[in-house]
Amino acid sequence: MTHHHDDENGHISRRHALECMIWAGTGVLWTISGGIPVSLNLLGAAQAAEAMATGFTFLQISDSHIGFDKAANPHAIDTLKEAMGKIQALPQKPAFMIHTGDITHLSKPAQFDNAAEIIGGAGFDVHYVPGEHDLIDDGNGKAYLDRYGKGTRGAGWYSFDQNGVHFVALVNVVNLKAGGLGNLGPEQLAWLADDLKAVSASTPIVVFAHIPLWAVYPEWGWGTDDAAQALGLLKRFGSVTVLNGHIHQIMQKVEGNVTFHTARSTAFPQPAPGTAASPGPMTVPAGQLRGLLGTSSVTVKQGGQDLAIIDSTLA
Amino acid sequence: MLCIRLPARHMAAILAAFTLTTANCQPLRAADAPMVKIENFAFTPPVLTVKPGTTVTFRNDDDIPHLVVASDSSFRSKALDTGDTYEFTFTKAGDFAYFCGLHPHMQGKITVAP
Repeated sequence: MTHHHDDENGHISRRHALECMIWAGTGVLWTISGGIPVSLNLLGAAQAAEAMATGFTFLQISDSHIGFDKAANPHAIDTLKEAMGKIQALPQKPAFMIHTGDITHLSKPAQFDNAAEIIGGAGFDVHYVPGEHDLIDDGNGKAYLDRYGKGTRGAGWYSFDQNGVHFVALVNVVNLKAGGLGNLGPEQLAWLADDLKAVSASTPIVVFAHIPLWAVYPEWGWGTDDAAQALGLLKRFGSVTVLNGHIHQIMQKVEGNVTFHTARSTAFPQPAPGTAASPGPMTVPAGQLRGLLGTSSVTVKQGGQDLAIIDSTLA
Repeated sequence: MLCIRLPARHMAAILAAFTLTTANCQPLRAADAPMVKIENFAFTPPVLTVKPGTTVTFRNDDDIPHLVVASDSSFRSKALDTGDTYEFTFTKAGDFAYFCGLHPHMQGKITVAP
């Protein structure tokens, strides 16, 4: 669970207030100013609107699990369609999308095809990273890399720049070790060190990967063994935002210059850490499902280091 | 069935001579054959002791796929969807630790002892 410190005056900090709002399950908009997150909702609608109007927005979608048809959501394909419909209806079109993995449930060609048709049909550029469910074809990941590996290194990692923000896509779902968590591996870490060399410390960094890069709940495998090495390489940057999926619920933590955020799934919810016998799909009463599924929209304010994240449900 | 149930103490002595026959009728894979169930992101039982030559069935009862991988790479299943099974015949004596290739915090062990 996250732990935030209130300010020196004993007031509830903005980031703490923000956390409470997120736990209330509402859509929340927040921004990072000089590495410190503040809620755009708390700044007021006018400032929020200005940030939206002068920056660019990208959209995070995660854990679509196309092919999943169990009790927790027999129609995962339909909820992905709903999510894409909501994205297409946004008043400000995102510049592009990222998908933080588990596109499919079982890495089957038809599942990849269905996902590509629904997600790609919206017409946005989509930057993918694989989840563990995307690499379980007979070729141990060939199906994913054939579709999304162009221009990537290793198991599919890469970086790109957009409007002054440096984006790093990491893969932490391969070569998993017995008893371990998510894994980046020495080859990818060496690449990351090299990739960041040319990036100035004032450049906002957005890192995205499937499994959380912080220890959300290691008892359920929710963390990455060698994340500390990656985060060490990011220490010199003023603003680092880490976006993950995998746990099918919103979690966030702020640690120094780094803001961690996990997105909802579009397929099915998973229980909060330790609240169930296992992290498996959580079946909720009819009518509650769409309130637990959703997407995240991230706005980067031009000329600053501010990033704002809005989490929206499908309800 | 061609198999004849024998007292366990006789089985070992006779098994060698019957290898070809028993391979066909699979006496060690009856309804009570050794089974590791995968449920709630755990292998049950976590440690299973079998005799050499035993075929162990792993069955996924979760709504999420799992993958059985030997720590020494001596066996590896495909991804097991809900209800899927994987069988492996343990011929050598020893301890065979394994884990889930997708959720590596899930671990188990097959002990093969005469």
